Amino acid sequence: MKIRAQIPMVLNLDKCIGCHTCSITCKNVWTNREGQEYAWYNNVESKPGVGYPKDWENQERWKGGWVRKKNGRIEPRIGSKWRILAKIFANPHLPEIDDFYEPFTYDYAWLQNAPELQAQPVAKPRSLVTGEVLNKIEWSGNWEDMLGGEFEKRSRDYNFDGVEKEIYGQFEQTFLVYLPRLCEHCLNPSCVAACPSGAIYKRAEDGIVLIDQDKCRGWRMCVSGCPYKKIYYNWSSGKSEKCVFCFPRIETGQPTVCSETCVGRIRYLGVVLHDADRIAEAASVEDPRDLYLAQLDLFLDPNDPAVQEQARLDGVPAQWIEAAIRSPVYKMMKEWKVAFPLHPEYRTLPMVWYIPPLSPIQSAAEAGKLSAIDGMPDVRSLRIPVRYLANLLTAGAEQPVVDALERMLAMRAYMRVKRVEGRIDESIPQRVGLTADTVEEMYRVMAIANYEDRYVIPTVHRELDEDAYWLRGSTGFGFREQTEGSSGVNLFGGGPKRTPRRSPDMDVPT
Amino acid sequence: MNQYLNQLAFGWYPYVALVVLFVGSILRFDKDQYSWRSQSSQFLRRRQMMIGSNLFHLGVLVLFVGHLIGLLTPIGVFHAVGITEANKQMMALLVGGIAGISALAGCTMLLHRRLFDPRIRKSSSWGDIAVLLLIWVQLVMGVWTIYYSIQHLDGTKMVQFMGWARDILTLRPGAAARLEDVDLVFKLHVILGLTLFLVTPFTRLIHIWSVPIWFLFRPGYQIVRSRSVGRVRDIPRNPPGPSIRPMASDAVTRAKARSGQAT
Repeated sequence: MKIRAQIPMVLNLDKCIGCHTCSITCKNVWTNREGQEYAWYNNVESKPGVGYPKDWENQERWKGGWVRKKNGRIEPRIGSKWRILAKIFANPHLPEIDDFYEPFTYDYAWLQNAPELQAQPVAKPRSLVTGEVLNKIEWSGNWEDMLGGEFEKRSRDYNFDGVEKEIYGQFEQTFLVYLPRLCEHCLNPSCVAACPSGAIYKRAEDGIVLIDQDKCRGWRMCVSGCPYKKIYYNWSSGKSEKCVFCFPRIETGQPTVCSETCVGRIRYLGVVLHDADRIAEAASVEDPRDLYLAQLDLFLDPNDPAVQEQARLDGVPAQWIEAAIRSPVYKMMKEWKVAFPLHPEYRTLPMVWYIPPLSPIQSAAEAGKLSAIDGMPDVRSLRIPVRYLANLLTAGAEQPVVDALERMLAMRAYMRVKRVEGRIDESIPQRVGLTADTVEEMYRVMAIANYEDRYVIPTVHRELDEDAYWLRGSTGFGFREQTEGSSGVNLFGGGPKRTPRRSPDMDVPT
Repeated sequence: MNQYLNQLAFGWYPYVALVVLFVGSILRFDKDQYSWRSQSSQFLRRRQMMIGSNLFHLGVLVLFVGHLIGLLTPIGVFHAVGITEANKQMMALLVGGIAGISALAGCTMLLHRRLFDPRIRKSSSWGDIAVLLLIWVQLVMGVWTIYYSIQHLDGTKMVQFMGWARDILTLRPGAAARLEDVDLVFKLHVILGLTLFLVTPFTRLIHIWSVPIWFLFRPGYQIVRSRSVGRVRDIPRNPPGPSIRPMASDAVTRAKARSGQAT
């Protein structure tokens, strides 16, 4: 066993109101630069819909994620290493900017500067790539907002697989789910696997997946390799960029910008300890529907003294172990089992998980026939088809989703009885395999969702890794570093002057 | 005067170009790795790229390797394996001809796309366009030389070029004299070829150095980095098990090394 810690995110879709504050704040911090105008490290999609970029869930087309070979090993769907190299001159699976959208701004100044005209001046959209006027804006990060567009087109959503989708085109039957999406910071990232330069890496300390901008050569295989299409090629710099999980904030114990600014309080961050030695095994299970449970099995109980001991041996700081015990994310994933990975069938073992949304019961007429117990309807009569959510979150396994929805309904029923009737009904949580105490805690974390309950983020412990003695007196930005490259040799004469160390005693030994 | 120009172009210029190529590339790698990339424009426009880029790159690779082997392998080696000058000339004509024409076709598509597709044109730097133009002219001249080569299939001219390349590499005086009487198109082809070496460190051509063949030998698929150097226990490298390497401790490592302590 080799224990590593990661800070995963859980998003409670039951509370997402689709306000896009996360997307906007993220964009203002990270992607309002040339070459990245089209990129949304975080975007909120309206489901059902084909999303951004269009049709991103169609892995037959984009070749993202992993496939399990006959011998039980997995390899990137884009191909083995030599197959990836063979595509390096022109990658047939690379999306074009139009699959996202051509970025634009408006002729704002024209509104003020226009001379007297017969018609009122309008601000035309202009491309941020060519500067030319765009006749029509075709797509964006959430073009199908609030079920915009014809059902015919939106129904190409992959999660309708196995659902009689025609009836959901009718106004009375339709349903809407907001799906905020960001980089999943996977345990088994396929972008890392597809990068020929070896520029993408996962950090051992907190699991954040980053692209080394100095090492990236712009071969753009990661864009295809990522099944979530969350790596963005910067056409201006010629390098790929992606969500950095706001690592400068995470390192100082602050939530990511998207989490911090979430007005619906739907996002949760906390430490999860996992067994890194079994990642490959978990990603290779035969039936995709077992991937959710296989991944869940990797997460270790931080209250177990044996796990704590091993974590310490493997270099997890004590503060991180303590944070893991208080982690809201671990509770929702593993203890309450209300959160699920997005599309586990891609075999990347994603680490941004989602609590499925509840929805109104199908129709008033049918509601009368429902076998509602304590006001709790059968979850299969909810407006959002369970099968749809299962396709989204558990590779089609419906039972885990049903259980989660029932637990959320039970929480509501329990609290309703407690508040309205003023009594504690232990039988409600028992029916879904919980205790009253657990439901009270679920209510505190998921419904009240105070800031300190949502974000339990330990700071990075750099002092354990780097000896600050050697960093004293340096600028921190390397004005007089010997080299910006990795050669270690300065071509312009030896770097900063430094008194020769005649005796090793001149420096503090470390 | 002609002799002077000849010496300048084929005696001195090769050294200028090669020194700039190597020193310039090292400097750029050392000082500005962020600018080191292929600058692919496929993301902006896929059209003409799939066929054009593959034809061009594969053709150019064959041409590059062909020139390298053809010019720098001593003729004695060819004789030893039973290839006469005439055989070698025919091989060069055939392989080079096919590769040259496919590279030219690809380059023409890419150049058309770069000049006339507004998205590509607007996002191109001056250097991007210049490099493609230079390569296109170079390919045209290369294909054009076939016409002259056909007229002397015995391979004597070819041996003359091999002698020149060998003399340049072995720093012998008088190398330029070997090219005094060749046809003008050959001379221009050589000068432009050297110019391409010369501009490599300053343009996107730099990506040639980065052919990621090491990818094939990377153990497993995953890469995990840790800030600490010694603290994290390395884990088995069976694919796709991650391998761990330290990151970001360069400053500490360098400072320690300078003071003579073990890093």
